[in-house]
Amino acid sequence: MADLRDLYQEVVIDHSKRPHNFHKLEDANRSAQGYNPLCGDKVTVYVKLENGRLRDVSFEGSGCAISTASASIMTEAVKGKTAEEARNLFESFHDLVTRGNAPDDRATPLGKLAVFSNVSEYPVRVKCATLAWHTLRSALESSESVVSTE
Amino acid sequence: MHATIHEMTPAPTSPDVALDVQRIRADFPILRQQVHGKPLAYLDNAATSQKPQPVLDALLRFYTEDCSNIHRGVHQLSERATAAYERSRGKVRRFLNAAEGREIIFVRGTTEGVNLVAYAFGRQRVTAGDEILITAMEHHSNIVPWQILCEEKGARLLVAPINDAGELRLEEFEKLLRPRVKLVSVTHVSNALGTVNPVEEIIRMSHARGIPVLLDGAQAAPHMKVDVRELDCDFYAFSGHKVFGPTGIGALYGKAALLDAMPPFQGGGDMIRSVTFEKTTYNSLPYKFEGGTPHIAGAIGLGAAIDYVMGIGMDRIAAYERSLLEYGTQALENISGVRLIGTAKEKAGVLSFVLEGVHPHDVGTVLDQEGIAVRTGHHCAQPVMERFGIPATTRASLAFYNTHEEVDTLAAGIQKVKELFG
Ligand SMILES: Cc1ncc(COP(=O)(O)O)c(C=O)c1O
Repeated sequence: MADLRDLYQEVVIDHSKRPHNFHKLEDANRSAQGYNPLCGDKVTVYVKLENGRLRDVSFEGSGCAISTASASIMTEAVKGKTAEEARNLFESFHDLVTRGNAPDDRATPLGKLAVFSNVSEYPVRVKCATLAWHTLRSALESSESVVSTE
Repeated sequence: MHATIHEMTPAPTSPDVALDVQRIRADFPILRQQVHGKPLAYLDNAATSQKPQPVLDALLRFYTEDCSNIHRGVHQLSERATAAYERSRGKVRRFLNAAEGREIIFVRGTTEGVNLVAYAFGRQRVTAGDEILITAMEHHSNIVPWQILCEEKGARLLVAPINDAGELRLEEFEKLLRPRVKLVSVTHVSNALGTVNPVEEIIRMSHARGIPVLLDGAQAAPHMKVDVRELDCDFYAFSGHKVFGPTGIGALYGKAALLDAMPPFQGGGDMIRSVTFEKTTYNSLPYKFEGGTPHIAGAIGLGAAIDYVMGIGMDRIAAYERSLLEYGTQALENISGVRLIGTAKEKAGVLSFVLEGVHPHDVGTVLDQEGIAVRTGHHCAQPVMERFGIPATTRASLAFYNTHEEVDTLAAGIQKVKELFG
């Protein structure tokens, strides 16, 4: 049986209580809203994109510990990366939370994002962990529409 | 803590004997299992309830011995299936104390019952500028059908407000009973808050102005005696799967005079008397509203479920659940950081709460690991969540097979959540 401490690691709880980059980004030139109808989680991701690089990233919203921590850690992980790199990171992250795979050598290293590896044992929580990422991708594609995990 | 609260809980006084919950649990095979290595504590009965052995037996018997279509064949199997199906209609009639079997329409569930009324009654009676009155505590299935109707007809949906305890504000409700209101549709018991509405008053006030009333009985029928004649409601809808019967079956009660005057709902087989390409005449009640092959096994299973709960006695069920609810309310109120959402004086079966600093979704995941099944989310009642300024709640909902020990397990589970997130 999975231990809840593996899902809710200290880092996850800390980020959920004191999320980083948790504010509106006044000079953002990209943003998108995400919504998870299953639990009512709402998130807005703001990006300041300059020459194809994510100069700054932030988020706002309300959600469960997993979705808030995931958004918080995501903003740190993608800051300074190119849009392309951010998308690749999402792919590796998606693999991690759906299959529990440690990424192979070719994949983008996950660093701190690895704290979410146990999400794969809680299939209903995958949507929580990926909501901010789906929203980021949609912001980068610059669609202003609301993305939904359903 | 357990012992003290236990002693404070009065034993169910009326009616007569207390219910033997261990014997009852033995009738529910699903309750014997373990989840994540812990005994299952099934506290999600407002979403759907579990099925006693007689219901499972009835379904199996139908499919192994009597399976055939109804109202169609002259052969033996069809005769048996038809008789069993119609016997179940009689059981639903007795369950609701309706005057006649033809006032009981088998539907898919509460949702289809409400939609049937919105479609058949609504499209005939409601015109531009008319109004439909509901309350702020409705399930989406008693909101959306009326929005669809109102949009189509250019009518308006009026919403009677609730107070901070989650009770209907009856004076405000009465003010909204305006001349153009064509139907009042309210929930008997709220699924998100547990509030039991003052339906007698609601019906009296509405009828005084000549307005018919539909009651959404999805959360009332499993917990209390319902008497549609004493209530004098015009329509009553409930779901079989919440009264310990199968999914995909439910019933709509309607007063015969109203149903008779309504056009049909779905066209198809069984709902007609004769069809030519020039003219079709409709069948009489209740068949006019039962187009197509119905959920025959489901109806028979529902009949078995009704036999089962009426065998225990709805008053005994209500008395037992009241003691369980009081016990659970105290247990949760004793946990710091827990805020109950829905504290109406008249309540049934529901403990909806938020835990300070922890999102309901996380509460649900931790409780699941303890074998406790609860629902987290908006409970198909987003306007209720908005009214209380919260995105979601954790909801434990009770049935007569739940025990005081399971309530203790819930309380201990919440303590665990607090430790983890502390
Ligand atoms: C108050 C209320 N009304 C209506 C419904 C809809 O019932 P069903 O989904 O069985 O049609 C529910 C079910 O959750 C309910 O709780």
